[in-house]
Amino acid sequence: MKQTEHSMGMPITVCIVDARPDRERAMSDTFAYFRAIDAQYSTYKDTSEISQINTGLPRSQWSKEMQLVFGLCEQTKRETHGMFDIKRPDGMLDPSGLVKGWAINNAARQLKARGFRDFYVDAGGDIQPHGNNGEGGAWRFGIRNPFDRTQIVKTLYVHDEGVATSGTSIRGQHIYNPKGNAPIDIVSLTVIGPNIYEADRFATAGFAMGRAGINFIEHLPALEGYMIDSKGIATMTSGLKRFIAS
Amino acid sequence: MKNAKKIIASLLVVAGFGAYTWHAKQEDAEAQKTVATTASNPSTDTTTSTNVASSTNSVTAASVAPTTYKDGTYTGTSADALYGYIQVKATITDGKLTNVTFLQYPNDQHESVHINTHAMPILKQEAIQAQTAQVDSVSGATDTSQAFIESLNAALNQAHS
Repeated sequence: MKQTEHSMGMPITVCIVDARPDRERAMSDTFAYFRAIDAQYSTYKDTSEISQINTGLPRSQWSKEMQLVFGLCEQTKRETHGMFDIKRPDGMLDPSGLVKGWAINNAARQLKARGFRDFYVDAGGDIQPHGNNGEGGAWRFGIRNPFDRTQIVKTLYVHDEGVATSGTSIRGQHIYNPKGNAPIDIVSLTVIGPNIYEADRFATAGFAMGRAGINFIEHLPALEGYMIDSKGIATMTSGLKRFIAS
Repeated sequence: MKNAKKIIASLLVVAGFGAYTWHAKQEDAEAQKTVATTASNPSTDTTTSTNVASSTNSVTAASVAPTTYKDGTYTGTSADALYGYIQVKATITDGKLTNVTFLQYPNDQHESVHINTHAMPILKQEAIQAQTAQVDSVSGATDTSQAFIESLNAALNQAHS
C-alpha cells in the first residue's frame, strides 16, 4: 500500500507492504512528521524556528533538536572538507540540505520501531527502504535519466540501504562554462549508503565537488555512487556492482 | 622487474589514453557550446588550475512557450539549491525568452582541494541507456531544477509587459 502527499516542497511517498490494520495510521503519522519538520525548518516560513533563529532568537531558546541538527551540520562540514556549509552568502543559516535525509531516516526508524518490516519512505527521489518489496525480493529503485525525466537508466537492488540523488534536471539541456575550456559536466550523482541520512548528505556534497565527487565517494567506506556527466557517460564506484544485480 | 616494467608501461598507456579522451571531450564540448550571451562574472575563482567550472555558465533556452515579455535582460533572485545557489539572467528578444545565463551555479567551491587530496582511481564507465525494468520507485534530483525555475520566474516577472 502506497500513499503520496506534498510536503517540504516535494512529493513524499510512503509504501508499506505489511498488511496490518494500523498501516494507514502509520502512514498518516509519517506525513504529519514531515509537515512538522517543514514547520520547524523551512526558511520560507517566517514562523519556523530556523527563520526565528535567523532573525535573532537567542541561542538559549533554540530547541534541543535544532541544536542536534546544527551539530550534525558541523560534523558534515568537517567530513566534506567544508563543501557542505549551511551558512548562506547572506549570512543566514539554512540546514535544509541535511534535514531532508535526516527526516527521511527518522521517519523510517519510526516505522521500524512500530514493528513494520517491509516498507520505504521516499521524499523527492531520496529513498529509505527496509526489508523486501511486495514480491518478497529486494527493493528496485531506478536512477532517473537526467536528460529525460520519464526514463530510468539503471536499476538498484537494495534492502535496507538509503538511495539519494543530487543533480540538475534541466531537461535536455547541457550546461557549459562560457569561458570555453571547462564544461560543467556533472548532471547527476546517486549515492547508496548504509541509510538515507548518510547517502543524502554525501550525495549533496559530492555533487558540489563536480567530477571529483565520484572519487570522493569511492574513498568513503560504506558508500557507493553512480555519476552521470553531460555527455551521458556514467562513472560508478568499484563496489556498486553489489547493488546492480539482484 | 619485467613485470613491474610492464605494469608501468601499461599504466602509461592507460593514462595517455585517458588524457587524450579528456582532451577530445573538451574540444567536443567547445564545438557544441551554444553560448549566446556571457554575463559579467561575479565571482571568478582563480585560485588553482582545476578543470572544473567557475561560476558563470550558460544554457540556451529551448522550447519555451511564446509570451509577451518586454525585450531586455533580467536577473533572477539567487535561489537555494541546497548545496549552493542558482541565479539566472533571462534575455528577452522580440518578446520571447531567447537565452538563459547562469550567474551562479553550485559547482565552484573548493573543488581544487579534493582534486588534489584524492588520488584518481580508474573507475568503470558506461554510456547511460534507457531501461524498461519495472521498479518500485525512482531516485532523481529535484533540487536544482526547482531553484532554476524559482530564479527564472523571478527574472520573468520583471519582464512582464
